[in-house]
Amino acid sequence: MKTYTYTEKKDTRSGFGAGLAELGRTNPNVVALCADLTPSLKMGEFIKENPDRFFQIGIAEANMMGIAAGLTIGGKIPFTGTFANFSTGRVYDQIRQSIAYSGKNVKICASHAGLTLGEDGATHQILEDIGLMKMLPGMVVINPCDYNQTKAATIAIADYEGPVYLRFGRPSVPIFTPADQTFEIGKAIKLTEGTDVTIVATGHLVWEALEASKVLFEKGISAEVINIHTIKPLDETAILESVSKTGCIVTAEEHNVLGGLGESVARVLALNNPTPQEFVGTNDTFGESGTPAQLMDKYELNSAAIVLKAENVIKRK
Amino acid sequence: MLNTQQLKDLTTQVRRDILRMVHKVNSGHPGGSLGCTEFLVTLYNNIMDRKEGFDMDGIGEDLFFLSNGHISPVFYSVLARVGYFPVEELSTFRLIDSRLQGHPTTHEELPGVRIASGSLGQGMSVALGAAQAKKMNGDSHLVYSLHGDGELQEGQNWEAIMYASAKKVDNLISTIDLNGQQIDGSTDDVLPMGSIKAKFEAFGWIVIDIEEGNNIDAILKGMAEAKSKTGQGKPVCVLLKTVMGNGVDFMMYTHEWHGKAPNDEQLAIGLAQNPETLGDY
Repeated sequence: MKTYTYTEKKDTRSGFGAGLAELGRTNPNVVALCADLTPSLKMGEFIKENPDRFFQIGIAEANMMGIAAGLTIGGKIPFTGTFANFSTGRVYDQIRQSIAYSGKNVKICASHAGLTLGEDGATHQILEDIGLMKMLPGMVVINPCDYNQTKAATIAIADYEGPVYLRFGRPSVPIFTPADQTFEIGKAIKLTEGTDVTIVATGHLVWEALEASKVLFEKGISAEVINIHTIKPLDETAILESVSKTGCIVTAEEHNVLGGLGESVARVLALNNPTPQEFVGTNDTFGESGTPAQLMDKYELNSAAIVLKAENVIKRK
Repeated sequence: MLNTQQLKDLTTQVRRDILRMVHKVNSGHPGGSLGCTEFLVTLYNNIMDRKEGFDMDGIGEDLFFLSNGHISPVFYSVLARVGYFPVEELSTFRLIDSRLQGHPTTHEELPGVRIASGSLGQGMSVALGAAQAKKMNGDSHLVYSLHGDGELQEGQNWEAIMYASAKKVDNLISTIDLNGQQIDGSTDDVLPMGSIKAKFEAFGWIVIDIEEGNNIDAILKGMAEAKSKTGQGKPVCVLLKTVMGNGVDFMMYTHEWHGKAPNDEQLAIGLAQNPETLGDY
């Protein structure tokens, strides 16, 4: 079995900051907007190097989304930055009308997604954002897994014409994808080959899925781990090919099971190849205060939960 | 550029378009549309510097954003009458498969429309972004926007109003249609907003009053003054005092015709008050 190791941990938001800084040097049309959270979004380098291409909006996310839509009229490629909660739920109608329905080339970049925001608690821990964004016609939804992939995704979405939701997080997580990767929107990445169970994971749960696959291997279970960094458009072919071999699947995400990656996968399977599926995600609940690790354990968003669900789903074959 | 008589003739024809459009589908918003007819006719013909044809980026020309998208009938009629699309297409307003949706949208790629609007309070933010893009592009042209007075009850406007002066967006002229009416009654009854002029001034805007917002000469004079105030480090607000339903006597001075279409008899009366000038679509 292919195994993955890491020598360094970093937050995915820093990957966004590094990607944005690189875009600042390579693409003169890229502009950035922020609603008073530039240190949290790691936007400092871009701002320092491109002060004339940065718009400090103040604490006014609705206005930020509208201004971003307007900046596209004149050829700019705006990247908005704030927490995931304030990037989606707070401004859903602004995104819906002024960006998605209007077909504007805005990149909505959302940090501190999910439970791993930690101590600030449920007011800030959005677990519904993937659902909100994937329901918008034409919106691309991306949730990369580590620093390198987030950096690559940030760079890649500038070349894609249309609205994109890019979701990343606050905690330091292992860096296990290549620094020199090319990010392909909508193209799943098979991380391990397996025959007994497919595990598709997104964001922070991808590393947990790899950890789970090691435990499963020791138990004699061969798991195929797929990194679904793009939830919409979903790489249906990769999922169907894998389950045709394994016959069962576990989905894993730092998001409500209602409306998330798991439901998107279930739809593909229901239409093409009904397959036993188990879901790792929050179960229709809000989060709470705590350290990221405590929260991921309490809400069962970890490798142990994935192992358990994998064993369960294999029994249902 | 049209002379005053030509502008008046066009205004009358646009009124006919509005009445016929909403009558045909028995839906739409004639009241606010009729109140802003002189303004939009004058803006598009004599105030804005526009290029031939339509491209979304609009570099090298003035731009307009309609924030109160429900007055789509007047917007569509003016866009068609100045040549963005064939006037015959006005007959498809609100019909299935039409580019003329109930509220304006870019989704159907109707030339002249740069943003979807209808959910209120979003247009000024978009206009601000477009104005800032113009500055970045070294484009000295202006951005215009239109908003209802009731629409100012939406909080996003005040985020935008605060931002515009803070960031010295002085290539923007935002016009507020002060007709004093909204769906549930007069703005003073629904949610009194006090002095809108004092509020804009307190937020650092230059405010120009057009007391007779249905008088073409007053609009020309007021908008020329507004233009002369751009480029001075402050955004410019025009307070356009209009009569809702203007030009159709039974629709005037009331909120009743905000979102109601005339019946056959009422249409005939309205059309008789606005004789055909440039040919119906």
